[in-house]
Amino acid sequence: MSQVTVLGAWPSPYVYRVIWALKLKGVDYEYVEEDVLHNKSDRLLKYNPVHKKVPVLVHAGKPIAESAVILEYIEETWPQNPLLPKDPHQRALARFWIKFGEDKSAALFGFFMTEGEQQEKATKEGQEQLRILEEQGLGEKMFFGGDEIGMADLEFGWLAWWLDVMSEIAGVKVIDAESFPRLHAWIQRFKDISAIKEPLPDRSAMLTYFKGRRATFLALAKS
Amino acid sequence: MAKQNMVILYGTWTIPYVKRVELTLKVKDLRNKSPMLLKLNPIHKKVPVLVHNGKAITESLVIIEYIDETWKTGPRILPQDPYKRSQIRIWASYIQQVNEAMVMVLKTIGEAQENAIKEVSEKVKLLEAGLKGLFPDGIPSVDEYSKNVTLLDLVILANLGGYEAQEGVLGVKIIDSEKTPLIVSCITALIELPAVKESWMPDEKVVAFLKFFRENALNSAAA
Repeated sequence: MSQVTVLGAWPSPYVYRVIWALKLKGVDYEYVEEDVLHNKSDRLLKYNPVHKKVPVLVHAGKPIAESAVILEYIEETWPQNPLLPKDPHQRALARFWIKFGEDKSAALFGFFMTEGEQQEKATKEGQEQLRILEEQGLGEKMFFGGDEIGMADLEFGWLAWWLDVMSEIAGVKVIDAESFPRLHAWIQRFKDISAIKEPLPDRSAMLTYFKGRRATFLALAKS
Repeated sequence: MAKQNMVILYGTWTIPYVKRVELTLKVKDLRNKSPMLLKLNPIHKKVPVLVHNGKAITESLVIIEYIDETWKTGPRILPQDPYKRSQIRIWASYIQQVNEAMVMVLKTIGEAQENAIKEVSEKVKLLEAGLKGLFPDGIPSVDEYSKNVTLLDLVILANLGGYEAQEGVLGVKIIDSEKTPLIVSCITALIELPAVKESWMPDEKVVAFLKFFRENALNSAAA
C-alpha cells in the first residue's frame, strides 16, 4: 500500500506538475482519477473541502492541496534530485516565475476561451507574457532551473504539451520556432526527459476533451 | 555604507503586501544586524521590492520566504515540519483572494457592493474555518506570539489588521468578534507585539486613506 496518493484529473496540467515531481524524485505513488466536472468523490470533498479541486497529495493520511504548495512539500519531504537551487536568491527567482505563471494564467489561456476579434487581442496579450517569460525567465539557460530541470520548468510544463493541442483547436498559432526560438527549444528538451514524457496523456483524447471545453467556454461567454 | 548586508525595502505603508514584508523584517529583528530602510518613494514599478546585497526580489510571499531562509537565527517564520509549512502556505496564499474580494467592497456601491460583501463574507468564513483547523487549542497569546510568529500570522495582520478602520469607512462589519472570533483574536494579540506596535498606523490615518481610495475608485468608475 503506497503511502502517497495523488488525486487528479487526467486532462489537468496542474496534476502533472505533481506527478512529474514525484517521478523525478523516484517516489512511488498511487494515482486516483477524479471526475471533477461531473462527480466529485467523497474522498476529494473530504481532502480538499475548501476548494474541492485537484490535485491533492495525500501523504501518510494527510492531505495537501494547491499544486505550488504540493511541489514545495514534495521538495522538502524528498530532497533527492532537488527541484530548487540551494542559494536563497536563486530560489526566490524560481518562486517568482512560478507565481508569474499562476498570476498570468488568465492572459496565457485567453486565446482558448475567445473567438474573433477578442481572440486576436487575447492571443497578443498571451504572447506578450510569453515574451517576458522567454527573455527574462528562461534567457540563455537550458531550463528555467538552470542546467537541470526545476520547479519552474514544471510550472510551465503545460506549454510543452497542452499549448499545442489548445492552439490546434482554437485555430491560432501562439508559439512557433521562429517567433519564440528559446521557448521552442526548451519545449523539445523538456519533452525529452523520460520522467516527463512517460505519463503524458494521449493526444487524441486531449483533442476530444479540450474541444468540448472550448465549446463550453464559448457558449458561456455568449450567454 | 557598504552595499553588502544592506537591506532596502521599497514600498508605501498603504499597501498590505508591503506591510507583510516590513513586519517580517521587524519580527526577525534585522535592524540591528543590517541597516534597513523603508523607502517611501519606490523606484521600481512594483512594490514591495526587497534589495539585498544589490539583488532585487519581488512578490511579498517570495520575499518573506527569502528572508526566512537567509536569516536563519532568530524566530523562524515557517516551522520546520513540511506538513505544517504546507498548511501555512495554503492559507497565506488564500488571503490574497480574501484581499481582492475586500477591495471590491471598497470600490463599489449599491447592488454591486452587496454582492461583493456577500462574496468576501463567504471567503472570510472559510478563512475562519481554516484557522480553527490550524489552531485547535485556540489562538496563541501575546506571550506565545512574542516567541514565534508565522508567515500566516503576519499576512493576516498586514491584510486584515485594519478591519476596524474599514468598518468605520464602510459602515458594515465583515470581520468582527461574533462572526470571525479567531481572526479577531489573532489580530488583537499580534498588534500588542512591540515589533508591530511601533510601526502600526493609527486608525485615523487608515480611515483617511481608505476614504480617499474609495472616492477615487468610485469617481473613476463613474467617469
